[in-house]
Order: sequence, then structure tokens, then C-alpha cells
Amino acid sequence: MEKFTILDLLQLDLKEHDELKLRCVAGRPGLVRDITLPEIDRPGLALSGFFENFAYKRIQVFGRGENSYLQKLEKENNYDAVEKILNYELPCCIFTYGIEPTEEFFKIAEKTKTPILISDLPSSEFSTRIIRVLNNVFAPHQTIHGVLVEVFGVGILIKGDSGVGKSEIALELIERGHRLVADDAINIRCVSGNYLMGKGASVVISHHMEIRGLGIINITHLFGVGAIRDEKRVELIVQLEEWNSKKFYDRIGSEENIDILGIKVPYLVIPVKPGRNIPIIIETAAMNERLKRMGYDSAKEFSSNVMNWLETKSARAYFLEEKYMHR
Amino acid sequence: MIEKKVVIKNRAGIHARPAALLVQTATQFSSKILIEKENEKINGKSIMGVISLGATYQSELNLIVEGDDEVEAVEALVNLFETRFEEC
Repeated sequence: MEKFTILDLLQLDLKEHDELKLRCVAGRPGLVRDITLPEIDRPGLALSGFFENFAYKRIQVFGRGENSYLQKLEKENNYDAVEKILNYELPCCIFTYGIEPTEEFFKIAEKTKTPILISDLPSSEFSTRIIRVLNNVFAPHQTIHGVLVEVFGVGILIKGDSGVGKSEIALELIERGHRLVADDAINIRCVSGNYLMGKGASVVISHHMEIRGLGIINITHLFGVGAIRDEKRVELIVQLEEWNSKKFYDRIGSEENIDILGIKVPYLVIPVKPGRNIPIIIETAAMNERLKRMGYDSAKEFSSNVMNWLETKSARAYFLEEKYMHR
Repeated sequence: MIEKKVVIKNRAGIHARPAALLVQTATQFSSKILIEKENEKINGKSIMGVISLGATYQSELNLIVEGDDEVEAVEALVNLFETRFEEC
């Protein structure tokens, strides 16, 4: 993974429940320091002079408690602990509740080039947010070639060789009222080992599409903001293939999965040939996926109904035969 | 044209999975394949048709195959019935 510095953290485009409300007040030269761990540390013990196992590689979060202690140290004119803490190569110190650190703390931070950030959020809220944000940054991820769309609320990643018509199919889906997440390069990350989240590899190009014969088009401008979204969970992967008469395609609906970053995602192979309306097939696949999630698997239900029917028939035939034999 | 009588040997009969297998095999051949059970006659290349026969254990089917590769087609289909569609 490439380096993730404090500056990168400040520049992340975070919205709503992810917003960190950070600003840098001191130690600007240190903004190039790396964050290497998606964790935080409360430096209470270190402030009181206990440095064993001090987690100096983590972001140090100063809340109200730590700040009161700093003020107490200031009154006693005792800065040894602060000096010692800031002389570690910390990634940064963050003060919550919008607290401004004490004068002397500022000076030492400037001297040691340790970045001091202030957030207006309360400590508990800030902790949960920063851990979530850092977990997203440090989550295992990979870039996949395809189109990510949201169809009836289901995130579908359409894959296939170039020229098979992925973009055209996505365009038709958008036209039918569904949403585009990103075209071409999709960044997929595994969120807390549970599910996959996909978004455009680059914010600048993600809501644009390249349509052969048209060139680059801007989906937001053409279809409105209702036609796009920033990120979406990947719940189904559709592989488009040129129709091959030698190959067998699924006829009943089997449970096939594909492994991406250790997560199993339902996987469909849909053969493409002129005259097949793929967008409608994808819409149906999305609805079928929803139905499955609600506990109704069309294919399984059908199969078990047929089995029951055959069993009943079989049993009746046997019963009739027995009767006939005894007569 | 070849006609061939087969008996279903797998206990469960022709349910969804064997039907899919049957159709998969049938579509490999260009011959016209019909499956007859009592008075019903259906296209052996249609999955819903094959299931709707309701072919149970020990029921008798009549395969009617006509085309250039009829010999191979009958052989392949009979083989499926003989091997009980990979079931018990």
C-alpha cells in the first residue's frame, strides 16, 4: 500500500457521518508523516509518566481528561512528559471538543514538528469516526475492470471483455431509471471482512462513460443526479460473454459464487447475442437476488416443488399397484 | 429416425437437475429429439417440457430422434438414463 500521510487524511472527501472536522493548528512541517496503523491511542498513561508499551505509532487523541491534565502540568511548570511524548515520532496529536492545547504544548509541538490537529467532535464520536475512516483507508482493495450499477437497490458489477457492450448495457439501465456508480475502473474494498464496497477508482472520472461512436459523456449532466451514486455494496457479479453455442449455460439457477478479496459474491454468466435484451435480464437478476435475500429462492422452490410432485406420483403408482396385486 | 424405449432408473425421477442434464445433452446434437410418455410428446431440448412430463421412477419413455447425428444422440441419451443421471 502506498503511504498515507496526515495531509492525505486532511484531504479525504468525507461527508455526513464520516466527517472529521479537522484543522491543523501547529507542527505543519510534520504533516508529511505517515499513518501506519488504523488505530488510536489515548495518551493518559504516557502523560502521567508511564511509557512502557506506549503506542506511539498510533494517532494520539487528547480529550477533555487529557487536556485538564495538561493544564495541571502547566500550572506545575512540568513539561517533561509532554516533551518526551512529542519527541516520539508520533503521526499526530488530535484534540477533540475543539479544545485548543496550552501555550507550552504548542511550542514543543512546533519544535518537534509534530502536527497538532483540532476536531470539534466529542471524543467518543471522533474515535468511532476516525477508526471507521482509517479502516476504509487500510481495507484490502483491488481495482476491477467493469461497470458498477445499482439496479432496484442491488449493486451489480458488470464484467466482460471490452467490446461486449458493458457500457451500452449500463446506459440502457440508467435510461430505465437505475443508477451508475462507476464505469471502467472500479475500486473494490473489503469492509471489515464482511462485504465488498465499490466505487470509482477516481472521483474525477467515475460518473463519465465512454460510448463507442459518441465519445465521453457525463452521466450526471445528461440524466441528472438521480442517475448516479458515489459508492455501493457489490452484491452480484454479472459476467457478460459472447454467446458460444458449444458452452453450457445455467438453465435452472445454480448457486455459483466468485471469490473477491475473500468474500463470496453471487456470480452469473450471461451470454450475449444480437436480439437478447441484456438490461431486462439484469433487471430480472437483480429482483431475483432481492427475492433470494428475502428468503425465497425461485430455483430452489421450483426444484423442491417438482420433487414433491414426482414423489407423490410415484407413491400413488406404487399404492395402486399394491392394491391391484392383492386383488 | 430412431425410436428407443428407456426406463427411468433413478429413484427421484426426472426432476430439475436431471432434466437440465438431459436438455444439455440433447442440445449438443442437431437432430430433432422428442420424448414421449404415454400420450404426451414433448421437445427434448426444452427444459420446462421435460420436467412437465412428470417422469417418475420406473416409468417408461420413448425417445424419438431424427436427424444426421441420430445414432450418436440416442447413444448419449440412453447412456444418461442407464447411468441414472449420476444419481442413485
